[in-house]
Amino acid sequence: MIQFDRFQLENGLKVLVHQDLTTPMAVVNILYNVGAKDEHPNKTGFAHLFEHLMFGGSVNIPDYDEPLQRAGGENNAYTTNDLTNYYCQLPAENIETAFWLESDRMLSLAFSPKSLEVQRKVVCEEFKEHYINKPYGDAWHKMRTLAYTKHPYRWMTIGASLEHVEQATMEDVKDFFFQFYRPNNAILVVTGNVKTEEVKLLAEKWFGPIPAGKPYQRNLPVEPKQEKNRSIDVRADVPMDMLMMTWHMGGRFDENYHATDLLTEVLGGGASSRLYEQLIKVRQLFSSISCFHFGTIDPGLFVITGKLVKGISMSVAEKAVLEEVEKMKHEILDEKEVQKVINKTESMICFEDMSIMNRAQSLAFYELIGDAALMNEELEKYQAVTPQKIQTTAKTIFEDTNRNTLYYYSKNRA
Amino acid sequence: MILDRTNAPLIKDAVDFDIQIKPYQLYTLDNGVKVYAFEGGAQEVMLLDLVFSAGNSYETKNWVAPATNYLLKNGTSNKSAFEVNDAFEFYGAFLNRSCYNETATISLHCLTKHFTKVIPVVSEILVDAVFPENEIAIYQQNQIQQLTLNLKKGDFIANRFIDEYLFGIDHPYGKYSSETAYNQLTRDDLTSFYNKYYKEGECTVFMAGKFPSNIESILNQYIGSLPLNKNVIEKPVHPIIAATQKKYSVVNDPSSVQGAIRIARHFPNRHHPDFAGAQVLNNIFGGFFGSRLMSNIREDKGYTYGIHSYLQNHIQQSAWLVSTDAGKDVCRATIDEVYKEMAILRTDLVDKDELNLVKNYMLGSLLGDLDGPFQIIGRWKSYILNGLTEEYFYNTIETVRAIQPKQVQELANKYLQEDDFYELVVY
Repeated sequence: MIQFDRFQLENGLKVLVHQDLTTPMAVVNILYNVGAKDEHPNKTGFAHLFEHLMFGGSVNIPDYDEPLQRAGGENNAYTTNDLTNYYCQLPAENIETAFWLESDRMLSLAFSPKSLEVQRKVVCEEFKEHYINKPYGDAWHKMRTLAYTKHPYRWMTIGASLEHVEQATMEDVKDFFFQFYRPNNAILVVTGNVKTEEVKLLAEKWFGPIPAGKPYQRNLPVEPKQEKNRSIDVRADVPMDMLMMTWHMGGRFDENYHATDLLTEVLGGGASSRLYEQLIKVRQLFSSISCFHFGTIDPGLFVITGKLVKGISMSVAEKAVLEEVEKMKHEILDEKEVQKVINKTESMICFEDMSIMNRAQSLAFYELIGDAALMNEELEKYQAVTPQKIQTTAKTIFEDTNRNTLYYYSKNRA
Repeated sequence: MILDRTNAPLIKDAVDFDIQIKPYQLYTLDNGVKVYAFEGGAQEVMLLDLVFSAGNSYETKNWVAPATNYLLKNGTSNKSAFEVNDAFEFYGAFLNRSCYNETATISLHCLTKHFTKVIPVVSEILVDAVFPENEIAIYQQNQIQQLTLNLKKGDFIANRFIDEYLFGIDHPYGKYSSETAYNQLTRDDLTSFYNKYYKEGECTVFMAGKFPSNIESILNQYIGSLPLNKNVIEKPVHPIIAATQKKYSVVNDPSSVQGAIRIARHFPNRHHPDFAGAQVLNNIFGGFFGSRLMSNIREDKGYTYGIHSYLQNHIQQSAWLVSTDAGKDVCRATIDEVYKEMAILRTDLVDKDELNLVKNYMLGSLLGDLDGPFQIIGRWKSYILNGLTEEYFYNTIETVRAIQPKQVQELANKYLQEDDFYELVVY
């Protein structure tokens, strides 16, 4: 049970405080309610590029990192399709430094042309390192554009192409900042060796004077229900064939969300999962296989992907995966198998909650999706999932017309 | 009153923090196995780390040590690999194995309430792993495929080659896997390595988190009754045979858009008096986000997504490395800038202010690194396996606090000499 206090500033900034007196440290986490899904289709990769620019100096402070490091702190940030999150950890006695730094970059960035020029290059190198200079690096780009026709999940956070990143202008940067990086579009979470009263004073002092922005009304295109099975072939210079299948699933608020999560565990969680045992060990069709889902706020994808053992044909491998998937629709799992994935989930939640950093990020995420207190209800929701519920969920997701397949062939294949 | 946002709030310098490492508890089990324990934390979880003298220093045939470690949990006389995995996973427990150079570990993470359900299976693996032929065959097949894939990646190749240049292909720190090595593994290799280095091997236990009340008797029942620590394990001596050629350029994939750069030199181990000071110098040079290499090569020039320097975590002898992936057209420029930064550190005294920042950053992160029971036992484990005591911890802090620009410059002159470095780019 994670206890927390919550208050809101007049400018709309939500603040959550979770105290843990066993640590000498504090974490200051700011989540901005903007992700790659909020980008214009012709300017993709922008939310992530912007995350880099947030470290390029703010209106009163030329360098973000240096004063934080001087205060004994460390920081980082990440951008997803749904959100952008910034966090720093520092000795609790120096917590005001984090308030000073974070509030100044929320007030306004320095908008330095040099920073934009350099970070465009850095992000291009990041793009090359992870998506070009790596075998199968383009697979997710291709899968997303295959599975989504309307919803902005059809591009990755790094962007749909290098050109979009290269073309970003200072005007884009400013517009994006003043649209999304406003207090009323953010959640501040402070965890660790802190007192709520102290956080209240600091929040009022540093964040209180920042003017609210125009409320952001998110109005994203809804992905129409897929009516027909879709697939594409890719041939590239990779050492072995890869099969990737996805099915559309519900979003974070879907009543089947927790059952879907457990379904991925039954199929692909660990060396005693079904796909691992049947397809790697017993039938030896795949050399590696995994099953997971996007975990996104809007309807995401349920994924099964694996690399084929040399000499195994794509159609044999595909048929074998579909057989396992069919079993989930036609069989009711025994209680023990469901208990196993619930136990595993309980364990993962406990390990995750060990650090004040993870607790801060979870509180911010659950507050974003409605209420931080939901964080404490998760385990019960998993425990309430029945074998029947997993079966109905499997029937809903594993419709053949709901499936997208990427056949990724090795060009070198004899 | 108007808020002054241009001046930083007052801070307490991390050099003024009273940083302590909390002590461990030590038990000795009936068979002489030592258990280093740290109890604490808010969550009802625990970690049990069994460390064996079973790293690749002990193998006489390439890859026998990592393969034995990996396949330990793939079957006993009573349980198939699936049943062993299921026995852990049913209780939400994770059993991980890792093989290093001197040591190899088996780590159990579990909910405290399930510890008594899963520890018997750990015990079973330690006396009765059977290494079934078909499990070995699947391992060989899948590892070879994984290797084929990794060999397409420049950074993977670069990591292998730089270690080979530094230590030699026959040294535990310099050798690596190959298709031949996988193919030549036999069941006999694995079982005899297992019998000598695990079943009757040398074991030390590290444990942290919340423990069940009768933890000592449980451990005695399941670990203390095993035939461990019976024989004295001879420590093999491996001479370091470094390459004579210093500069390399390798083309792995002509269509590659980046080059993997590694620049490295030998460095003594943690017992050397220069080690702590070198860590300060390393941080200034390329050890954290605010370092000179990052500021210059990423933040000023945009040649790379990241560039880092670090001291390798080896027991016998360490190495000092610079590692980055940079755009193909700027690889040479990146390397030149690395040497330029070395030269500046040799010729110019580091600014007091910059040194102070690095000291604060190092000690602040140390405070954060010691936060939580798993982190605390992890640090003790590293000290104990390196033959160090808490004196090392406090001496290091003292060195970081006291070091002056002059000493940093002396260390740079001693260690950051371009000619001492191996240099490799893999395209």
